[in-house]
Amino acid sequence: MKTLKIFLGIVVALVGSSDTLTAGKVYVGTNHPNKTIQQGIDNARHGDTVYVERGVYKETEIKFNKTLYLKGIDFPVIDGGRSGNVMEIHAKGAILEGFKIINSGQSEMHDFAGLLVVDSYGVIIRNNKFENNTYSILTQHSRNCTIKDNEIHSVANNEVLFGNGVHCWRSDSMYILGNNISGHRDGIYFEFVTNSLVWRNISRKNIRYGLHFMFSNNDTYISNIFEQNESGVAVMYTNNVNMYNNYFNDNWGGAAYGILLKDISDGEISGNYFGRNTTALDIEGCNRLKIFKNRFINNGYAIKISASTLDNEITQNNFIGNTFDVATNGTLVANSFTGNYWDKYEGYDLNKDGRGDIPYRPISLYSTIIESNPASLMLFRSIIVSLLDKTEKLLPGITPENLKDEKPYMKPLAL
Amino acid sequence: MKKILKYVIVDIIQNKIVLIYTALLLLISLSVFNIESSAAKGMASLLNLILLVVPLVCIIFSTIYIYNSTEFTELLVSQPLKRKTIWLSLFGGLATSLSLAFLIGVGIPVLLYHADATGLVMILSGLFLTVVFVSIAFLAVGWTRDKAKGIGWAIALWLFFALIFDAIVLFLLFQFQDYPLENAMVIMSFINPIDLSRVQILLQMDISALMGYTGAVFREFFGSSMGIIISFLGLSVWIAVPLLFSLRSFKRKDM
Repeated sequence: MKTLKIFLGIVVALVGSSDTLTAGKVYVGTNHPNKTIQQGIDNARHGDTVYVERGVYKETEIKFNKTLYLKGIDFPVIDGGRSGNVMEIHAKGAILEGFKIINSGQSEMHDFAGLLVVDSYGVIIRNNKFENNTYSILTQHSRNCTIKDNEIHSVANNEVLFGNGVHCWRSDSMYILGNNISGHRDGIYFEFVTNSLVWRNISRKNIRYGLHFMFSNNDTYISNIFEQNESGVAVMYTNNVNMYNNYFNDNWGGAAYGILLKDISDGEISGNYFGRNTTALDIEGCNRLKIFKNRFINNGYAIKISASTLDNEITQNNFIGNTFDVATNGTLVANSFTGNYWDKYEGYDLNKDGRGDIPYRPISLYSTIIESNPASLMLFRSIIVSLLDKTEKLLPGITPENLKDEKPYMKPLAL
Repeated sequence: MKKILKYVIVDIIQNKIVLIYTALLLLISLSVFNIESSAAKGMASLLNLILLVVPLVCIIFSTIYIYNSTEFTELLVSQPLKRKTIWLSLFGGLATSLSLAFLIGVGIPVLLYHADATGLVMILSGLFLTVVFVSIAFLAVGWTRDKAKGIGWAIALWLFFALIFDAIVLFLLFQFQDYPLENAMVIMSFINPIDLSRVQILLQMDISALMGYTGAVFREFFGSSMGIIISFLGLSVWIAVPLLFSLRSFKRKDM
């Protein structure tokens, strides 16, 4: 009998401990003992799945501090009631899926978020909806987290009180995939975020930048769409950035850029499409970038390059229908522009190798004049200006002598 | 009035020069669209044609035509007709036929290759420029009886509006570049009909670049629908005022 008791004791102990390994199920809803999500989390054990039924949960500062799979059924709404963070994840390997998180607090002193992720590892946030939050997703000191397929929208109207869609700070190995972000200050904001991938996101109509990062080395951006952001995209002080096949469209304004690169070094920018931006690509203080196989279509300025940039290679791009192809602010040119297609090229190709025989000078005299006197843009396309430009083309005097494409393509490259 | 108008139009359409003008415009427009690699580039070349050739041909042809039909005008004046009717019929005839030439020569190719807002604004601006420069030609004729002098005046006016005015503006821009010139620039562009049309087309073609222009006054004024209406009203004033002045001098003229 005693042996049986011991045996039973062992079984109970085993079953009890195995509970933490095989996931239990916890339900949250009006018909269940757990009425609030916080109760559900508190009553669950590591590894459990917490199902939250449809409804409106007026909760704020929810502490999500266990390894749980927290799943919303039919998008239950978590309403923060405009105070504090709506939910804080502080866990390893937690999954948050299928919620609609709305109305985080708003403050000039604190950065309140719909979802705050702190000191976490391997967290997955997928298929959620975020509305009316100051910051929607804010991660700090986290690693290896995935933010995937979320709908992130807000109604920002000033840059001080509103925050960013996806804001990562001091994080590493983040995967930001397939999110749809709009109406924030910055769509995606990275500061000190390394080794991360930003892929297939759509960031539009944000009141500042679609994408904004600083000091975020070794990140890659692929197939994202950044459009109609008030100031386009601005990225700064970063090494080893790669950007492939992104779209930068319709960024109009005095300080709006398809993409503003400031102090960026050693990266590749390839296969991107720049359409109808005031300035498609603004390069300041960047070194050793390879900018190739991009399309610059119908922009005001295709490339503005400052004299402080060195050793960048701009090659095999198509420049079509831009008002000005290249503008610069000095006479020093330490970048290569060889081997692009320029629709304004008027040269010839006698040996029929597909490359023009005389160099193309992408900087027109008048773009240099406009740099120093913006009001003179209003005389653009007048006959006197065309005459000035033609004279300068024959006898370059004001525009930088070295800025030229020695071997321009005669036909657009198939990109 | 109808009869005189009809007579003038028929007379001008039979005139070889207008036929050559039409054919030339058509030839240039079609070749521009076919040779240039993209239709947008064709539009840029066509813009020069509209700003340079159309005003020149309109002003010179109109001046010469009015001088050449002096005898016909004198004959009409001896009839029981109002001088106003005669003068306006002459103007109407010239304006209609040259506009027709422009519509066939430039309007049709533009509609074929580039039928969007830019194209429409271009055709409209070209039409206005045609009529404005016919009107300015009437003014030049009113100033002098001497045909050579009159043509001289016409060429001088064209040169002023097409080139010299912009050169002066550019000069002023640099002399006063430390001052805010946006409002002054808006007013300046109303002084020159060619500039007024050019800015309208510019707003269609180079909107992306203009959006970056820091002094937004210009863009906000011309970019708004109110601004577009006002600038076309401005062009209408450019038609009416020279015509009225020339009418006054014609009424007082001792034939």
